[in-house]
Amino acid sequence: MISLEINGKAVSAQENETLLKVIRDQGIRIPTLCHMEELTPSGACRLCVVEVDGQRGLTPSCAYPVADGMKVRTHSPRVLRARRTIVELLLSNHPDDCLYCVRNNQCDLQNLASEFNVTDRRFTGKKKTGPMDVSSPSLIRDPAKCILCGRCVRVCEEIQQVSAIDFIGRGGSTTVGTLFDGGLNTSTCINCGQCVMVCPTAALSEQDSIKDVEAALDDPERIVIVQHAPSVSVTLGESLGLKTGADCDGIMTAALRRLGFDWVFDTGFTADLTIMEEASELAQRISDGGVLPMMTSCSPGWIKYVEQFYPDMLPNLSSCKSPQQMMGALIKGWFAGRESIDPARLYSVSIMPCTAKKFEAQRPEMAQSGSQADIDAVLTTRELARLLRRRGIEPRTLSPEAADSPFGERATAGKIFGASGGVMEAALRTAHYLLTGTDLEDPRFLALRGPQGLKEAAVNIGGLTVNVAVVSGLANAARLLTDVRAGKKSVHFIEVMTCPGGCVGGGGQPLDTDPARIKARMQALYAIDRNGPVRQSHANPSVQRLYREYLGAPLSERSHHQLHTKYQTRDVDG
Amino acid sequence: MALNTVSDVLDRVPHAKRDALIPLLQEIQERDGFLSQSAMKALAARLGLPAVKVYGVATFYNQFRFHSVGRNHIQVCRGTACHVKGSAAVLEALQFELGIEAGATTRDGLFSLEVVSCIGACGLAPVISINGEFHAALTPEKVRALLNDLRKAAKGAHDEQLA
Ligand code: SF4
Ligand code: SF4
Ligand code: SF4
Ligand code: FES
Repeated sequence: MISLEINGKAVSAQENETLLKVIRDQGIRIPTLCHMEELTPSGACRLCVVEVDGQRGLTPSCAYPVADGMKVRTHSPRVLRARRTIVELLLSNHPDDCLYCVRNNQCDLQNLASEFNVTDRRFTGKKKTGPMDVSSPSLIRDPAKCILCGRCVRVCEEIQQVSAIDFIGRGGSTTVGTLFDGGLNTSTCINCGQCVMVCPTAALSEQDSIKDVEAALDDPERIVIVQHAPSVSVTLGESLGLKTGADCDGIMTAALRRLGFDWVFDTGFTADLTIMEEASELAQRISDGGVLPMMTSCSPGWIKYVEQFYPDMLPNLSSCKSPQQMMGALIKGWFAGRESIDPARLYSVSIMPCTAKKFEAQRPEMAQSGSQADIDAVLTTRELARLLRRRGIEPRTLSPEAADSPFGERATAGKIFGASGGVMEAALRTAHYLLTGTDLEDPRFLALRGPQGLKEAAVNIGGLTVNVAVVSGLANAARLLTDVRAGKKSVHFIEVMTCPGGCVGGGGQPLDTDPARIKARMQALYAIDRNGPVRQSHANPSVQRLYREYLGAPLSERSHHQLHTKYQTRDVDG
Repeated sequence: MALNTVSDVLDRVPHAKRDALIPLLQEIQERDGFLSQSAMKALAARLGLPAVKVYGVATFYNQFRFHSVGRNHIQVCRGTACHVKGSAAVLEALQFELGIEAGATTRDGLFSLEVVSCIGACGLAPVISINGEFHAALTPEKVRALLNDLRKAAKGAHDEQLA
């Protein structure tokens, strides 16, 4: 323990802590831009400066360790002047587009300008320009609004181990850009959207599909179907003014009907279906000596990652399509026929926590034999919130409604898909049933829950020990795969989620990467599981009916045709 | 061809690590005259670095070029003496006349333009060098005349070849 003085008050702290952390622990707010808890400090923005006795210049507190006897002032006139000047300089070449900006009212830069009461323009620089990059199916880059904080660069490198973007050039002409300034679509970008989550401005945002969806909703000829992913009901509420983790499943369904969707389905249904297929695939691989470890395939960022960086491990990927795409295939490939709907009139929308789902929906593998895509448009949770506001729908005033048959029913196993570890837990529940004919006494796998980047367990299923591992954040996946390749780890089944914490931390969720918030969203899903009447995918009556009426059995020919696919090595610029 | 160069360069240092990046970039440029995209990608693959990192580092330093040099490689001195005597107007005139930014090469491959730090000919300010030959006390008008001469010379050589 060491002691120091902050604003005249004696404070004790641990050695090695940063000054910023110690100050914040005192309940003092320090503005930051480039800093992020989990990332290497960069000291780039200097907004967090404080005055330390005996030091001539101001000290960036985010990158500075505390020392015994330090005397610190956090809000002296000099400090405040310096911070204000930093903000003014950031604004000096900014496009000032707020009224037309996707981040209006949700922008850190805007907030800072207001916090420091910047009401006139002291510095006028040349406005930043630069072409927008709209090449990606998932993201838009608008370098004119970039303030070079570097958070996206570090997330992409340190959390995802992709490095699709970096600082290019130097001095006044520095930009954050891609390899050879090409489009994101030809880069190594896996479309995860984690860079969007950390960007303090609108320099990074999702491709907006609201217009397309509105056009379909407004077209009387169209039958518009929507599905919503397991995590969305516990995160949308944050955009509606509900408390973090509040489950708004029922009122969301009601709101989707008010928007004009003709059918509302729950992607949790196809999550259960994924489990039926995937658990069967695992059992088959184990009994037939197939390729192990098997790796989950529901996270589209991860699929692209394997295609471009680990092509030798493509056979390890489960052949299951993701729940979004299983639903998409069933809607156009079976449901439309059953309801005598002309597929050409049908418009299939999904609400996803994820920007990479937009990319996935456009993959050539994800279309009914050669015709249009199975999923026509993907909206992120954020876009759904915007659409509801635009159409004057206030879900909090609506009474909860249930989703539509035949794809509206899910077990809670399909619901916990939204948290890292949930797919594995759901799969183990059903694998146990498939291999032993009985259900687990306690369906919970506590070792696989929680926000840690790597979780492992050895599970006994009818005398067979199955080693499983769960990772989220692709840097964690890369570390695990390195160990697996080197033979340091013997694993049979790996769940990989691209985003830290799983879909609850997805790149399409309400903008907030506060770890406490992600944890609360996870807990909300597990609370639903705790109270669920049906907790096993194989016990979902609608899933059983679909097998009876159409698919036959897991891994049947029909299943293979509609629900499975194959991925190939992908050549990208990187 | 560029790939071979990278292999040639790298084969001599099989255990090269990240800290060798800049010297290796310099060496490749010395051989090829510029850093091609394929060379940067090959170097990144060899060093186990994301290619965008190599590109980021390369663009950070003025010394690196990303286009092959033209038949007339023009270097504009941006030292203090030249600056005082109006090198900015000279550069602007060159960029305007050639239709390229500094660091680029014209489509016909005839000219490439580069800004360099002081070339030690302050007495001649503002000065440019074309293929190593100094041209002194330039003005935008002189720049235009100079470029016309070079274009004519090139055309003459071309016609001669055809004749
Ligand atoms: S990024 Fe922020 S400050 Fe910039 S135009 Fe958009 S809302 Fe305004
Ligand atoms: S979407 Fe993901 S992979 Fe692409 S640039 Fe952003 S962080 Fe990197
Ligand atoms: S794009 Fe956003 S996160 Fe990345 S450096 Fe610019 S402002 Fe920061
Ligand atoms: S937050 Fe400390 S330097 Fe940017």
